[in-house]
Amino acid sequence: MKIKKRSKSFAVKLFVYIILIGMGFVYLYPILYMVVNSFLSASDLTDPSVTWVPTELCLSNFQTAFETLDFASSFAMSMVMSLIPAILQTAVTAVVAYGIARFQIPGKKLILVLVLVTFLLPSQVMLVPRYVLFDNYHLTDTVWAQFLPAILGQGLNSAIFIFVYYSYFASYPLVLDEAAQIDGAGKWKIFTRISMPMAKGATILSMLFSFVFYWNETYQSNTLWGGKIQTLPLKLQSFTLQYEAIYGEEAAGSISESVSLAGTLLSILPLLVLYLIFQRQFVESIESTGITGE
Amino acid sequence: MTRHRMGDKMAIQPKVKRNQTKTYRKTKYRTAKRRDTLKGLLFLSPWLIGFLAFTLLPFINSILYSFNAVSITPGKVNLKWEGLEYYDYAWNVSTSFKLSLSSSAMLICCATPVILVFSLIIAILLNNRFRGRTFFRAVFFMPVIIMSGPVISKLLTGYTVDFTDEGSQLMLFLTSLPSVVSNPCVFTLDTLVLILWFSGVQILICLAGLQKVSPSLYEAAEIDGAGAWEKFWKITLPHMAPTILINAIYTVVTIANYSEQAVNREISENLFNTSMMYSLSAAMSWIYFLLVLLILAVVGLLFWLVSKKEKA
Repeated sequence: MKIKKRSKSFAVKLFVYIILIGMGFVYLYPILYMVVNSFLSASDLTDPSVTWVPTELCLSNFQTAFETLDFASSFAMSMVMSLIPAILQTAVTAVVAYGIARFQIPGKKLILVLVLVTFLLPSQVMLVPRYVLFDNYHLTDTVWAQFLPAILGQGLNSAIFIFVYYSYFASYPLVLDEAAQIDGAGKWKIFTRISMPMAKGATILSMLFSFVFYWNETYQSNTLWGGKIQTLPLKLQSFTLQYEAIYGEEAAGSISESVSLAGTLLSILPLLVLYLIFQRQFVESIESTGITGE
Repeated sequence: MTRHRMGDKMAIQPKVKRNQTKTYRKTKYRTAKRRDTLKGLLFLSPWLIGFLAFTLLPFINSILYSFNAVSITPGKVNLKWEGLEYYDYAWNVSTSFKLSLSSSAMLICCATPVILVFSLIIAILLNNRFRGRTFFRAVFFMPVIIMSGPVISKLLTGYTVDFTDEGSQLMLFLTSLPSVVSNPCVFTLDTLVLILWFSGVQILICLAGLQKVSPSLYEAAEIDGAGAWEKFWKITLPHMAPTILINAIYTVVTIANYSEQAVNREISENLFNTSMMYSLSAAMSWIYFLLVLLILAVVGLLFWLVSKKEKA
């Protein structure tokens, strides 16, 4: 009986492993392909016998891609345009969620519904009027087109972070606040000293995801910045054009796949490093928020 | 007699006092409440201002722009009523808009069910205890981190595992089916990796949902002789319904917003269309938005029907 059970569980495990490895391979195939091929030299690329293992590690691809992307400056720009809005967005969504969760505000339900609506409203509906709005105040092509909505709680996917903070703040008893109030703490002090430390998980989630969302956002920024502010993904988007500008039109016609893939790899490298460091936090923060539909 | 009166008085006096303290308390409570509300609004104020300036105002403007010709003189936006002209142009004159619209609708409608099923399956597999669980969880979540429009358009056009090999048995079988069935299937296979890459967050939401189902329910079912199959249909799936609904909404919204979509590209390309500046894009975005809302409504309706049936 026992042996039967064990062999059954072994079969189940094997089955699980096979499916996961198979799916994982399909999932990661483009990334593996990119990593391998970005190291291929021109001769390896045309050699049909070389598919997965390069005969030599060709680092010149990266050098070319590095220059084409203007890596140092666009990396710095990406950092500025992602980190600052992420911090602003996290701070503001926390304050706002605290306001909704722990004060007696008339129409609380309505506000929550409106927050949800801001998530459902698609960016393309907002694109035109926001562009006109910013253009009217001469804020296009400046960092403010990115920072202002973040400061006022209308940044990228702000609604998600408001809901996450809200669920944290609404989950612990009011008595705690009252105890602090008796000890003479004001609302702001209660917020910074008691509520925020308790919502650490939400803060981690909001920081990491805001950063990643802002880093990867190209749709609005492409239009709002009119090409004046060049982040890594935007440079990658115009990779061939950049290449042409540096190495001439003729070279660009035969731009090698390896260089292009090396550029792609370089542009996501910062995020991959971030993910390697914070992998647990990324995954566990979602699980711990309890967004499951109740 | 006197005693009685005394008693009366004694009975009345505290009553008056209590009343006084009550009104006193009431006003105190009221001011405290009002102050609480004010402070709350103060906390809320950044969002309220932002909502008015960056959501409500653009929202109204977007509707106005789609019906009016927009011209901009320094510091002022001039509108001239044109009625449904831009909608008419987008729908009837523009050659590419309807094509982009249908391809976007196709992507949303094909991807959403695939993502929902895929994320539930992967989440159930990952919910087992086995070595390397964290590793696989990390693998399936990775695309969320690196997914930006340019990266997808570089990596997922040409470098994926090819399921649509022309001569393969599967393709032969699919193309022999009527086109209503075969087109979405071929499309799904063709963009399968892209679709799967969208399911990172959904897998984790499913995992969180699975962990909330009480293990004692499964134990009770096991005692009653239920197998894995029955446990899935009778316990897991009903408990996951709200989670799946959240996933469905999240999926539709993220895919609708995905920047490399044909419609989205068309909207941003037409933004500076010289003869129809802003207006054409606004009209297109509204047509698209109504379509997405329609899809969301269908999703909601389906869930409502299923849950009603479940309860009956």
